[in-house]
Amino acid sequence: MRPRLAPPSAVSGRVGQAVRRPDAAIKTRGDFPYSSDLQVEGMLWGATVRSPHPYARIISIDATEARSMPGVHAVLTHKDVPGRKVYGLEIPDQPVLAMDVARYWGEAVALVAADHPEQARRAAHAVRVEYEVLTPLTDPELALTGGPPRLHPDGNITRAIKIRRGDQEPRADVIVTGEYEVGMQDQAPLGPESGLAIPDADGGVDLYIATQWLHVDRDQLAGCLGLPHEKVRLIMAGIGGAFGAREDLSMQAHACMLALRTGRPVKMSYSRAESFVGHVHRHPARMRYEHGATREGKLVYVKARILLDGGAYASSSTAVISNACCFAVGPYECPNATIDGWVVYTNNPPCGAMRGFGSVQNCYAHEAQMDKLAAALQMDPVELRIRNAMTTGSTLITGQAVDGPVPVAELLRRIAAMSLPGAVSRDHLDLTQMPGGVSNTTHGEGVRRGIGYAVGFKNVGYSEGFDDYSTARVRLSVARGRPRVEVHTAGAEVGQGLVMVQAQIAGTELGVHDVVVLGADTEVGSSGSSSASRQTYITGGAVKAACEAVRERVLALAESELAELGRIGAGDSAGMRLEGDAIVAADGDVILPLATLLGEEVIDETREFRPRRTTRLDPETGQANAHMQFAFAAHRAVVDVDTELGLVKVVELATAQDVGKAINPQAVEGQLEGGAAQGLGLAVMEEIQVKDGVIRNPSFTDYLLPTTLDMPPVRMDILELGDPNSPYGLKGVGEPPTISSGPAIVAAIRAASGRPLARVPVRPHDIVDTE
Amino acid sequence: MRLSCAVNGRSLVAEEVWEGESLLYVLRERMGLFGSKNACEQGECGSCSVYLDGALVCACLVLAGQAEGRAVVTVEGIGSAESLHPVQQAFAEAGAVQCGFCTPGLIVATHDLLSRVPDPTTIQIREALAGNICRCTGYAKIIEAVHVAAARMTR
Repeated sequence: MRPRLAPPSAVSGRVGQAVRRPDAAIKTRGDFPYSSDLQVEGMLWGATVRSPHPYARIISIDATEARSMPGVHAVLTHKDVPGRKVYGLEIPDQPVLAMDVARYWGEAVALVAADHPEQARRAAHAVRVEYEVLTPLTDPELALTGGPPRLHPDGNITRAIKIRRGDQEPRADVIVTGEYEVGMQDQAPLGPESGLAIPDADGGVDLYIATQWLHVDRDQLAGCLGLPHEKVRLIMAGIGGAFGAREDLSMQAHACMLALRTGRPVKMSYSRAESFVGHVHRHPARMRYEHGATREGKLVYVKARILLDGGAYASSSTAVISNACCFAVGPYECPNATIDGWVVYTNNPPCGAMRGFGSVQNCYAHEAQMDKLAAALQMDPVELRIRNAMTTGSTLITGQAVDGPVPVAELLRRIAAMSLPGAVSRDHLDLTQMPGGVSNTTHGEGVRRGIGYAVGFKNVGYSEGFDDYSTARVRLSVARGRPRVEVHTAGAEVGQGLVMVQAQIAGTELGVHDVVVLGADTEVGSSGSSSASRQTYITGGAVKAACEAVRERVLALAESELAELGRIGAGDSAGMRLEGDAIVAADGDVILPLATLLGEEVIDETREFRPRRTTRLDPETGQANAHMQFAFAAHRAVVDVDTELGLVKVVELATAQDVGKAINPQAVEGQLEGGAAQGLGLAVMEEIQVKDGVIRNPSFTDYLLPTTLDMPPVRMDILELGDPNSPYGLKGVGEPPTISSGPAIVAAIRAASGRPLARVPVRPHDIVDTE
Repeated sequence: MRLSCAVNGRSLVAEEVWEGESLLYVLRERMGLFGSKNACEQGECGSCSVYLDGALVCACLVLAGQAEGRAVVTVEGIGSAESLHPVQQAFAEAGAVQCGFCTPGLIVATHDLLSRVPDPTTIQIREALAGNICRCTGYAKIIEAVHVAAARMTR
């Protein structure tokens, strides 16, 4: 029994071509099966009982009534978790189902399986949980000082980071300080957390799931289900976006538990409200900065204190705070740095990965500081940035020298040189171009235009010694008289275009037209996660390595065949390569069609690829070669601000980004545009509002996402400077667009309004002085 | 209750429909038409856009009973596997599809726009598609796709 899945992706193309998505047509027809679309005969629906309190002791759970309801097949609690009762990406601190205590609003407490989803929801409602409500710890500052309460055995500090570089008591001509705050952002992938678990006859389970990392899900699930790894098989279903929201487990263990208990396939699919408590969010941040510079505008030092609210469980918090601190200064040379960062446990919603991963929060602070410094020095803000820009060989505050192209100044010069959009015409007034839009709040009165700049950077791939690798299997055979390459990895196609990238690399390396990318599953080795802008580099690297191994065998085969035929002598094979479905000579002449050479032969190779290793931050000084590659982008924002009502209209975003090598230029543009939209969201509209530990806006009615009327055109300048260390010279692309886009917008609003705007998202009352 | 309606030109009957079911649920779970997506189920994101008697609606906001005796056209009723509609073709070519979860709703909404305004301006496109949220693309390539489709359809 298998649900219908998307067909394998057939793609033809080479590295550097704007190859179209193989799944685009099926997606436009509505026929692409996402994880929420799966169904098989006889399946049940799962539902989750969730804590209505951010912090409460669980006194008792009475499922008598729920179990007796018609169509209900199981009600499970923590007592039914077959294996390890906790899980977590870095620290196993999160219960599969709450045990003695619930630590956040919406935490899973019990599970129900029923014939109909509505009956499952009603039965979940009928599970009686008696709570002793406790006072939640919702202030991260209080958590930092130890609480009370103490939420986890090791205390409330999940990780503390110290970076000490150079003089710790430096003196500077000009000093600027600031305190900044970033609200909690939701990844808001449109596809809900969902999947289908199907039990097998041997006590194992197949899980069809939308996830960013099949193998780490599998490893956690096997532990929680008390099953050996081979009995937990994960098969990727269609993914409706991710952006970090699918790094942690959501309904995976729950659906498997219900399926194993009932012996029936069980589907779970969250509503949007449930999705808001079903995945982690971007960490809210409180940051205090002090910048010191010479009169000439050279940075002397940066001191920063960064506090992230990790919420109830660790998720990837320990890596997010590391990033927030490592890149706290921005892409600038800074000889002296004192950075202290903490991520703490509270009873707020758990936070973890979201696109930009720690570098988004600090960029708001360091870029606001650079503008403040420019103002104090009466210097142009772009010029100040260029004067301090990192270059090749610059040393980070963590002591790591950065190699390869570091085009920070170049990116800034390029965005500054782009022409500016024209003023909105008052003669042919179009309300959609005004702040407030068709609400008809202004015809231009009180509207001022501001321009803002920002630049940011972050790491590509895993850092701090984490073993970053991917696995690819490449199989070359002849099908219907033509050579055909199959690529099989476990890499998650979340929408970014990994399917094209894999096929383009295989097509390039093996010179074959017909390339098919198989669906991802745990039958092949791990690809790592689709996160940290890493998949094109790492899984792309694995596909390239496997293709090279295949090619080596093909050429050896060709050499022996040709020698046998007497067509070449010893050493004549030099320069032979694969192109156009054939073995060709150095001069490009076809020697032998691949199909003829291979016949029935199948060449099948699997390879792992690892980039250069990294090391963990020194706990006292934060010094280390902690990162493998760095990606840079700069943004300019033009914003019209109604200074009377506090409404904004982002008129245009302009960006320059070094992508190393654009493997698929159309997909690269899509990342730059889409990433900027998420940056715009955090800057001016997106915030999960949490009060006393409770999310007040868990819906798309109340959590605002950018629409076509909010998102302006993005002017793009894509540089391909070539990283000497990476496959094809590529750089990770996905995250930089989300880092500096928002800070540029906020800088533009500051320029227009003259307000300090120390907190994002910027709200109307932050712009208008209401006192 | 029993529900009879026409979906993509075919008469369909669903038995034992629960009074609270939405048209979206009926289309997806009873009729196996999963093209209308379940992203917000609150009428905010447009991912479940369908035609109800020719009017563009969010299927999640229509009670199943309201569709009784009426004609529903879903994304599955626009174009076919053998021959994509020009709107679908343009979306696929322009890079307007990434994860694609918003795409079916946008296809229906764009189909509706171009049936009313054959050659829309960018501003008209932005206004017409403001009820369809896309989290991946930043909309630029979607707007480009609409222009491409309009040009081809009016040629």
